[in-house]
Amino acid sequence: MAFFRSLFQPKRNSASIAKERLKIVLAHERAGSRAPDFLPILQKELLAVVARYVEISEEMIRVTLGGSGDTSLLEINIEIESGKLKKSGSGSALGAAV
Amino acid sequence: MAKVIVVTSGKGGVGKTTTSAAFAAGLALRGHKTVVIDFDVGLRNLDLVMGCERRVVFDFINVINGDANLNQALIKDKRHDNLFIFPTSQTRDKNALKREGVERVMEELKQQFEYIICDSPAGIEHGAITALYFADSAIIVTNPEVSSVRDSDRIIGILASKSRRAERNEPPVDVHLLLTRYDPARVARGEMLAVDDVKEILSIPLLGVIPESESVLRASNTGTPVVFDEDSPAGRAYIDAVARYLGEQREMRFVTAERRSFFRALFGRA
Repeated sequence: MAFFRSLFQPKRNSASIAKERLKIVLAHERAGSRAPDFLPILQKELLAVVARYVEISEEMIRVTLGGSGDTSLLEINIEIESGKLKKSGSGSALGAAV
Repeated sequence: MAKVIVVTSGKGGVGKTTTSAAFAAGLALRGHKTVVIDFDVGLRNLDLVMGCERRVVFDFINVINGDANLNQALIKDKRHDNLFIFPTSQTRDKNALKREGVERVMEELKQQFEYIICDSPAGIEHGAITALYFADSAIIVTNPEVSSVRDSDRIIGILASKSRRAERNEPPVDVHLLLTRYDPARVARGEMLAVDDVKEILSIPLLGVIPESESVLRASNTGTPVVFDEDSPAGRAYIDAVARYLGEQREMRFVTAERRSFFRALFGRA
């Protein structure tokens, strides 16, 4: 019986795909709707600074503004792959160029 | 104290007007004097769904502009003494609903009615914002479908930031989820978001689940709020939702698939 069902049913049901997609998009939109305008610019500038010292790509840095009540929490997450730290010296060279 | 309830969703076509009509009629059946207002300026339809389209003389905009008084514009429902319909205008001027004017009319309605149901237009433009601005409660009409759930989330955010209660730092609008066009059989097959999924994603309390039902189209065809159809599962689900709104505990019906005979499954749906 299970064999026949597996023949006719797609691997994963579409409702669970819908749920997962919604969770992701809404988490993003809820964070975005409360965020001030400067966050994307801040993220870019941080990326430029960090990139002087570490090899990093745009998706490895996340800047969010959260918190509750009277306090706000500016959260900056930077993911660094091991072994991607630049040798000292290259940072200052890039720094001079900026 | 009169209560203002907005029926809203963001997305169009999910059942706001059907719900407004059913909920208003349901409250009236429970003995509460209720008026249902159409906020969809230019796309008047509540009159058709309520079956009073030929009795519209004056409308919301006429009253706001002082061309008619409230009692000239209110239409008394022929089926129930507690139920009144306040039709909107067919003008193309979308900004005809001035907030000060609406406020004045709302205050006047609060003197006469226990419940004021505001049938919101779709979208997040002026009309929808005006419909939700004065709300004490909100019924978020949602279909178990991705775009509807996303738009509901957006409108819940707008209620929390742009309603009068939010602006005045008063206790927030109490929001309720009403899941409509629910098909338990498809949910069981994993083809449709389940009620618990939607509840979890939107994280607001559930007021009711209205099953997909042929009786809803039949009700709008004939201009009868679906709660007057006692044989209709959707009508009974709305009656339950009204009872829950009034504080009663009622078990959720119509959320699990009915077992159907082979022949009924083959030859049509109930």
